[in-house]
Amino acid sequence: MLIIKILGSGCANCKRVEQIAHKVVSEMGVEAEIIKVTEYPDIMAYNIMSTPGLVINEKVVSTGRIPTPAEVTTWVANALEIA
Amino acid sequence: MLTIFVIAWLVAYNIIQPLANWIAYDLLSLPQGSHLGESLAFFFYDVPKILLLLSGMIFLISLLQTFIDTQKVRVMVEKRGEGIGNVMASLFGAITPFCSCSSVPLFIGFVQAGIPLGITFSFLITSPLMNEVAFVLLIGLFGWKVALLYLLSGITIGIISGLILGRMKLERFVEGFVYEIKPQSSGQVLEEKLTWKERVNRATESTREIVGKVWLFVIVGIGIGAFIHGFVPQDALTGIMGKGAWWSVPVSVILGIPLYSNAAGIIPIVSAMLSKGASLGTALAFMMSVVGLSLPEAVILKRVLKTPLLVIFFAVIAVSIILTGYMFNWVL
Repeated sequence: MLIIKILGSGCANCKRVEQIAHKVVSEMGVEAEIIKVTEYPDIMAYNIMSTPGLVINEKVVSTGRIPTPAEVTTWVANALEIA
Repeated sequence: MLTIFVIAWLVAYNIIQPLANWIAYDLLSLPQGSHLGESLAFFFYDVPKILLLLSGMIFLISLLQTFIDTQKVRVMVEKRGEGIGNVMASLFGAITPFCSCSSVPLFIGFVQAGIPLGITFSFLITSPLMNEVAFVLLIGLFGWKVALLYLLSGITIGIISGLILGRMKLERFVEGFVYEIKPQSSGQVLEEKLTWKERVNRATESTREIVGKVWLFVIVGIGIGAFIHGFVPQDALTGIMGKGAWWSVPVSVILGIPLYSNAAGIIPIVSAMLSKGASLGTALAFMMSVVGLSLPEAVILKRVLKTPLLVIFFAVIAVSIILTGYMFNWVL
């Protein structure tokens, strides 16, 4: 199962990323757990420099912006191939 | 595709002044020089002008920003000592896109890399002050010179405040966990090589997002500005905000602290104030205070800075802004 983490402390951008993640996952019919990471000690463990951050199966795929649904779909597909 | 947009943009930009005048004075038959006529001509010209400028310039700036890799920035700053480090940090703060939610990860990232607190602060201070929306609006409403002045003062304020704060040895006021976080050693750094097409797409997304957030503020702000432009007497504000009132600078800055608005909302109002007799230094100081010292930012920074440090941080910035305001009033 895919583990998708959204790194961010709750600003509007982070929520947007979460929405997109949910949307893509349900559209693709993929089994995934979407976790929001909001505490800085946990966020910074991923060594990112700006939020929101998107992590799929412990791999950082995006930081500091809202990725498009198309991009997220590609990343999820890639992650499924590797898994 | 892009070329069509560029041509359309140029055409639009050149029609709006005559169009606005035509709407206000011919279509609606308002006499020139009348309050309502002046206000409406201002409004119909400035709203499309600002929106066009915003979309055009934010696109260009976002495009340039796709070339900035914050990880590399950190590496570059890591090697510098005080002084140069502050200058570099401040310059990077000016060009890096800023979202208050990014300030904390960035702060932690810098601290973890061993970058001295003062230098980190230079970045953190200049970043919110130099936001691209503010810069573009300044160009649109006040011209290049004022915008560059704003940019220069923001960078200077960042460098000097950072130097001062660095000297004060405030490490003990940073929340402990910041020094204790160990990044996953296996955590790979996100490296992206983008094609031009990808850059254009990202810039378009950014522009859509930013303009989408502020367009309403711009319209309302210009509306208020238009009203002031047309209806408030020419020198109404000279008494309280003009050069003569020496106390106007600190008062404006202090007033600006609790006020929070994004740059889009406040600049049109400031522009109208200026046209009514407020001096440039006071108006800019007010604007920097509103945009740079905000409650939302304080709340976010509270997560990593203990209260005494937060207070000192804001105080040093406020003083720097006041001094800058005085300097502009004196020089211009």
